[in-house]
Formats: sequence, C-alpha cells, structure tokens
Amino acid sequence: MSDEMTTERGPGLVSSLGDVARRRFESKSVTTPVQGVGLEARGIHAWFGDRMVLEDMSLDFWSGTVTALIGPSGCGKSTFIRTLNRMHEFIPGAAMAGQVLLNGEDIYSSGTDVTKIRLKIGMVFQKPNPFPSMTISENVLAGLKLAQLKVDNKDDLLEECLERAGLWNEVKDRLSSYGGSLSGGQQQRLCIARSLAVRPEVLLMDEPCSALDPGSTLRIEETISHLAASMTIIIVTHNMQQAARVSDYTAFLLSDGGPGKMVEFGPTGEIFSRPKDIRTENYVTGRFG
Amino acid sequence: MSHAVLSAAEGAIPAKREITTKPRFSDRVFRAVVSSGALSSLIILGLIFFFLAFQGYSVLRSQGLHFITSSNWQVVTDTAGNVDPKHTQFGIAAMLIGTFLCSLIAIIVAIPVSVLAALFLNFYAPPVFKKIMVAVVDLMAAFPSILFGLWGFFVLMPSAEYWAKLIHHFFGFIPVFQVDPPIFTRSPFVAGLVLAVMIIPIITSVSREVFSQTPLDRIQAAYALGATRWSMIRAVVLPYGRSGVVGGAMLGLGRALGETVAVYTVLNIVYQVNWHVLLGAGGNVASMILLKFGEAGPQEIKALMAAGLVLFLLTLLVNLGADLVVRRSGGKGR
Ligand SMILES: Nc1ncnc2c1ncn2[C@@H]1O[C@H](COP(=O)(O)OP(=O)(O)O)[C@@H](O)[C@H]1O
Ligand SMILES: [Mg+2]
Repeated sequence: MSDEMTTERGPGLVSSLGDVARRRFESKSVTTPVQGVGLEARGIHAWFGDRMVLEDMSLDFWSGTVTALIGPSGCGKSTFIRTLNRMHEFIPGAAMAGQVLLNGEDIYSSGTDVTKIRLKIGMVFQKPNPFPSMTISENVLAGLKLAQLKVDNKDDLLEECLERAGLWNEVKDRLSSYGGSLSGGQQQRLCIARSLAVRPEVLLMDEPCSALDPGSTLRIEETISHLAASMTIIIVTHNMQQAARVSDYTAFLLSDGGPGKMVEFGPTGEIFSRPKDIRTENYVTGRFG
Repeated sequence: MSHAVLSAAEGAIPAKREITTKPRFSDRVFRAVVSSGALSSLIILGLIFFFLAFQGYSVLRSQGLHFITSSNWQVVTDTAGNVDPKHTQFGIAAMLIGTFLCSLIAIIVAIPVSVLAALFLNFYAPPVFKKIMVAVVDLMAAFPSILFGLWGFFVLMPSAEYWAKLIHHFFGFIPVFQVDPPIFTRSPFVAGLVLAVMIIPIITSVSREVFSQTPLDRIQAAYALGATRWSMIRAVVLPYGRSGVVGGAMLGLGRALGETVAVYTVLNIVYQVNWHVLLGAGGNVASMILLKFGEAGPQEIKALMAAGLVLFLLTLLVNLGADLVVRRSGGKGR
C-alpha cells in the first residue's frame, strides 16, 4: 500500500519523509492511546497594530501527541504559538480574536489568572535562555519560585525533570554551577527541564533546535518523543526531517503577503506523503519557502 | 595539518610572530584627540590633588594624625596677631563623622526609593506618564543644589522634625536615635534627607537605564513559567541590574559626600563628634570649608586645604570601594 503511494509520487523527498513520518506515526498510535483534545484553537486571528498577521486558525491538539507547525518564515507560526499561552499580548500593539480552549475552558475569558494559564501551557524558546544568575538546579526549580508553588521534595523533582529532559547524566555532578556554563544544546535541555518542573499539560516549542548543532538536535528530538506520551506538544520547526521524525500531526501555514493562514492539517504521514494541496507539496518537497 | 605534525615531530616549533598593523593617518589623529581628552581629566584631577597636598602639607605635618582624630579647631594668636603654632589646633574628626553620617542616611533612604521608582517607571507606569516622569527625573538631577537646600529648610525640615520625633519616640532606646537635649532642628537626619532627595534622581535615572536593558528573552522566560510581574522582576531584572544600581548609588554617594551648599543650609555645624543622628548638631567637611573660608587667615586657609585633601581622598576611596563591589557582584547577573 505504502509502496504504491511512493511510486505514484516518484522517488523523492516527499516519499522518504512520508515514510519516516508514517513509520513513527504507526508505531506511536499503537503504543499511545489518544486521550482526548488537550488544547483547541478556535478561529484565531492576530494583529500587530493594524496589520493582521494571522487569519482564522482553528486546530485541535490532542493529548499525548506532537503537532508540528511548518511554513515559510514570516507566515505567523511564532505568533500563533504565542497566542496559545498568552505571550502574544506582551508585545505592544498586539491584538487577537478567537478562543483558545484548555480542557474546554477559554484561556482568554475574563477573570482567568494568566499566570496559572502559563503554568499549564509551558514554552521553550528558539534561543536557549537559562537565567544566568542562577545555578543549574536553581534554573530547573525557578518556576516554583516564580509562581510561588510548593513541593515536598525538591531534589526528587530536580532529578526527575533533568532526567526527562535528557540532561541528568551530564549535569548531576555540577548542579550548583551556573546555567551559562553549559553548551547551547545542554542549555536548551535545561530550559526544557525548567518548563517541566511546573508540570505543564501542554508544551509549546518555537524552533527549539534552530540554534543548535545536529547532535544536540537529536538529543532534543529524543526528549520530545519521550515527553509526548504524557503531554501535548506543539513544535514550530523549519526542518522538514524534524517534523517528520517527531510529530504525529502537521499543520502547514502560509502567507501570500497578507495574513498567514492554515493551508493544510493532518497526520504527519499524510502531509508528507500525499498532501492534498499543491502548495503543501511544493513546500515539503522544498520547491519553495 | 601534516606539515604541523611533521614540524612538531622535529621539535622545530616556530617562534611566535609579532602581529602589527600600521595605523592609518586619520586613525592616528583620532587616537591622539581621544587620548588627550581622556588624559586631560586625569591631569586636572592630578593637579587638584597636588595643589591641595602642597597647600595643606604644613598643617598636616604639624597636626599629624590629630587632624582626623581630634575635633578642636582653634587658631591661637599672640598679642601681636601672629599665629601661635604651639597652641593652634586643627581637627576635623567631627566634620568627617558628620559627612559620613549625612551621606549614609542619604544613601539608605535614596536607594530603595530610587530602585522602586525606576521599577515603576519601567514596568508599571503608563507610557505617556513614563515619558513625562523620565524627563522630570533627569531635570531634577541637574537642579542647582541651593534650591534643594532652601526647599529642605522651609518645607522638608518642619515635617522631618515630626518624623524625627516619631523615630525618637519608638526607637529612642537605640543609641544613635537618642536626643539629649531635645533639639531636633538642623540635625544630620534632616541634612541626610535633603541629600537623599538630591541624589534620588541620579540613582533613579541610572537604575532605570540599566533595568530597561534587561534581555527580553529572560523576561519572557520568566513570564512563560507563570511568573507574576513582581516575581519576574525579582528573578530577572534585579539580578541583572544590581551592579548598575550600585554604580548609580556610588555616583549619588559621591555627590552627597561633597555636597556643600544644601547641607550648609540645613545643618547645624558643631565642632564636637555627634553620633546621634536626630540631634540638631552635626558636621560636614565641605560645608565647614565654606563656613570658614570667608574669614580665615593664611594659616587657617592651609588647614582648610588639608581638609579638602582629606575629602578628596575619602571620595576616591569610596569610589574605588564601589568599583570593587560592582566588579565582584557584576558577573553573575549578566
Ligand atoms: N513584534 C512584532 N511587531 C510587528 N510585527 C511583527 C512582530 N513580530 C512578528 N511580526 C510580523 O508578524 C508576521 C508573522 O511573524 P512570525 O509569527 O514571527 O512568523 P514566523 O514565526 O512564522 O516566522 C511577520 O510578518 C512579522 O513581520
Ligand atoms: Mg518564528
């Protein structure tokens, strides 16, 4: 069946990426039962000043899955992901419309404590940004202090988070050195560990590997695969292979000079092996973008 | 690569090359202009130092350590009007301690106020209000000090007396807050407050500048972890800006140490060491120089120069100390 598909499309990037994605998707869907919708975006529009940069994004993110957002730069991927945990509103002049539902509740409804929202929907940024005034362990536990949370056993939490972020073995002997003393890839995993410490249900990652070397990228992809079982992960990436390797679903966004729109959304295997839209096919095969 | 291996095997490590560049003419001219600018302030500083040292040397030599440990300031003349060097005494201990007390009070009051003001301006104030306030603060930093002195005398002093009485009432058991006899006017406390008001704009201005340079990605990282604005400030902005605040405080302290006119207006200068900050008797090196200068004879002028030298060194010392503090605490938050 899959062989038919690949021969139909001819031997090219589409087929090989499709294979990678499909293999991963199939093995995953056997082991992880889908647990329901974790996060829903409903008719998201976004503006910077008077300029609309994102139009009518509606998308469901299922618990226990990884969704990749792909598209040429400037199409609004970062803007979209930042509307999902209310980081968008920090930019002066930024506005949005639509709803984001976390477990059925609109995170933008009045009376919502936005700090609580950001605890449940964590974020990892493009550039690793550990707090340089804090040690490695202080960095991991920073969220507890920032959000005034109490835990019984900090040491256990510290080890657990670093373990889940795939960093424990590398730093367990120097937990009290400063976060800035790590390599870029390690710093990014430290930031992932830091996000995990407040036990988010959703993790947003905006091009988390774009500043890293291939080895570190691989480590982070492994980390993502491990984390996916227990949470909803949404990752923006420029790297097609990465999207194919780590994600279960893929959304393709595009802007034709105006606001960015979603062109296609579906299981990653489908998007890479038999995209419905010619623009998607052109993008994933590298013909533009 | 293979070449390097080969030569290493032979043990013939080449000598290190001296890397030179021939600067362009324009570059050399510019370099000369810039360095003479930098040197001129150093030279002026040096000239002032040598002038004070030269003038004050004889007094410092005859008085010795007494100059800074005793508080007697007496010019004794014989019947002919000549200065009697045996019984003439110059000691500025009370003035030094007074300067120290006033500046300490000023800095203790000014730092928290300035830091809070800077945080407010950067993170809480609405944009229009912020613009106006920033302009006002910068203007205040350049205000003539006599105006602060007059304002302190007519406006601040009456209410400061009231606060002083409150402090005395509740904390009078602490030695520095004792007041005996009950004179609250023109105390080091009042002078310290006036100085605080004077240096708040400088410290606020510098702190605000540093706080506003806090890297955005760190601020966002904190917010993305569920931080409130205040917890973000504590975790990110204050560690980042700490050395800047210390630097601003040192600028302010420098001004407070040398401030003359404003202190002169509101402080009762007495030649007696007084550690009781609420009591209406204090000292101040700079103000004393101003007070004595008009009617001083030649010998006394020399003593005043010596006092100036001590003030100069004190300021230098404080700044060096501040530099150390900044350097030691600087690296971590950045
Ligand atoms: N802070 C901002 N102010 C104004 N316009 C912005 C800002 N950030 C992004 N934009 C614009 O919004 C559009 C989408 O940007 P972004 O979401 O960063 O794209 P992507 O992450 O897909 O590369 C771009 O056209 C960009 O120029
Ligand atoms: Mg982006």
